[in-house]
Amino acid sequence: MKSRRINSFAVYAVIYLIFLYLPVAVLPLFSFNDSSYVKFPLVGFTLKWYSQLADSHGLQNALVNSLKVGISVAIISTILGIFAAKSVTRYRMRRSGLLVGFIMVPLVIPEIILGISLLMTFSIGGVKLSLITISIGHLMLCVPFSMLVLISRMEGFDKSLEEASLDLGENAWWTFWRVTFPIILPGVVASLLLTFTISFDEFVLAFFLSGTDATLPVHIWSQLRFPDKLPSVLALGAIIVVLSTIVILFAELIRRGGVQLNKQSKV
Amino acid sequence: MISADRTLVDKIRLQFRRSESIRGYTLLSPTLLIVLLGLLFPLIILFTLSFWKQEYVDLIQTFTLKNYGDFFEKKIYYLILYRSIRISAFVMFVTVLLAYPLAYFIAFHVQKNKMIWIILVTIPFWTSYLLRVFSWKVILGYNGVINSSLLSLGLISEPLEFLLYNPFAVVITLAHAWAAVAILPIYVSLEKIDRSLIEASRDLGESAVATFIRVTLPLSLPGVIAACLLVFIPTVGDYVTPALVGGTRGIMIGNIIQSMFGKALNWPLGAALSIISMLTVTAAVCLLLGATQLFKKKVS
Repeated sequence: MKSRRINSFAVYAVIYLIFLYLPVAVLPLFSFNDSSYVKFPLVGFTLKWYSQLADSHGLQNALVNSLKVGISVAIISTILGIFAAKSVTRYRMRRSGLLVGFIMVPLVIPEIILGISLLMTFSIGGVKLSLITISIGHLMLCVPFSMLVLISRMEGFDKSLEEASLDLGENAWWTFWRVTFPIILPGVVASLLLTFTISFDEFVLAFFLSGTDATLPVHIWSQLRFPDKLPSVLALGAIIVVLSTIVILFAELIRRGGVQLNKQSKV
Repeated sequence: MISADRTLVDKIRLQFRRSESIRGYTLLSPTLLIVLLGLLFPLIILFTLSFWKQEYVDLIQTFTLKNYGDFFEKKIYYLILYRSIRISAFVMFVTVLLAYPLAYFIAFHVQKNKMIWIILVTIPFWTSYLLRVFSWKVILGYNGVINSSLLSLGLISEPLEFLLYNPFAVVITLAHAWAAVAILPIYVSLEKIDRSLIEASRDLGESAVATFIRVTLPLSLPGVIAACLLVFIPTVGDYVTPALVGGTRGIMIGNIIQSMFGKALNWPLGAALSIISMLTVTAAVCLLLGATQLFKKKVS
């Protein structure tokens, strides 16, 4: 009886995973199909959609833009995340819960509202839309994630290690670099990878806040209007999905692996 | 003498606490400043602009309630907001309903490698949202994956039209997009439940179903509520999904707001619609929380 129930849950879980991964799998599958139409049966294997990508200048510019934005957002939000996580986990502060909640707000308000508010602010302030305005928008989304990842990392290790270093005469600066930073390094790497991916894949804010320089998702959006571009969008999508998956898998393994290890060593 | 000592100690302690607090705030201040400038300030601008009006490309800075008046006078905005709320509520219901058994499975049936399951569930969430929505368009389309495979299997003679460009497609796509957001909080609340409570209920003769309804479900309710909110709030304003798979019957308030910043070019009206949407969502969230309070009372 019991084993039968376990089975039905497991069957459900597998079906659910298929549902989750079906759309992710469709892109690579049809990107190798030798037909302009996305439909079964598959016609034949081709790499021509990928070679088409290599010739597109718009795409290459967009890729460079996305990398610029993603890398700067990842670095800035991780630094801010380290500051915030350290202050929340290491100092007793009144109302820190409220402030942390405030920093988390961008995670729950619809992105479109964040996007148009920033657009209006830049417009009224006379700020020209550029990669910098996109980065500012992405920063709002990425800082909460950095902070969450780093808080769980900082909570995971023993405060007394830092206190020992301070007692032995190191100043706060060197204590941070010699004790805290090496221990939270997995969290820092995970935060960099996660925030880079969020920024790299983000569309709504980039759509409102981009001027003449498009990021990759904005470029893809502009290509969706043309049916004949569909297969090359699929190929591009396939590359992005595969790379994002690898980066995220890596980040999650580092992060969760690190947290798990800590729990064990504590026990 | 003793009391003098005590006040001195208190003073030092207070000073220390104060300085610790100050040091903490100093460290937090860059992050706070960024959020103040990048979130709170723009929201204030949004609110202010909703009382302005626009003539062609110029914003006229005179106070007016016209934008809010438009919302109540022209039925279309009101109807579309109502539809967005309904679609989002339905998405929330479907997503949480589908997510619960999976979270239950990971929490109670997976013995080893729970982390692997959690990672498996979260990976699609991190990959490009735009591409996932686009992929659903490809799957559900008239000449899409589902129709062409059913056709080539001979199960249907002509493509099914009800798959794409309607609220149904929006619900499926959003339920997929927000799956991980629903699963994680439910899983966490299930994982926290003290297993001995469930054993006690079974030992005292309750059936598995009754135990679930009277013990497991109420104890996992915080996670369920968190999941509901985390899915409902952002989906009301979504515009990518309705734009790509919704068709005319699937248009949501996000599309209208977006058009005010594009073709329609009426920023103040767009701002007013955003404010109204946020207030409506807040009201809906309060209703939801109130309803769960009632439910809790009934169960206990």
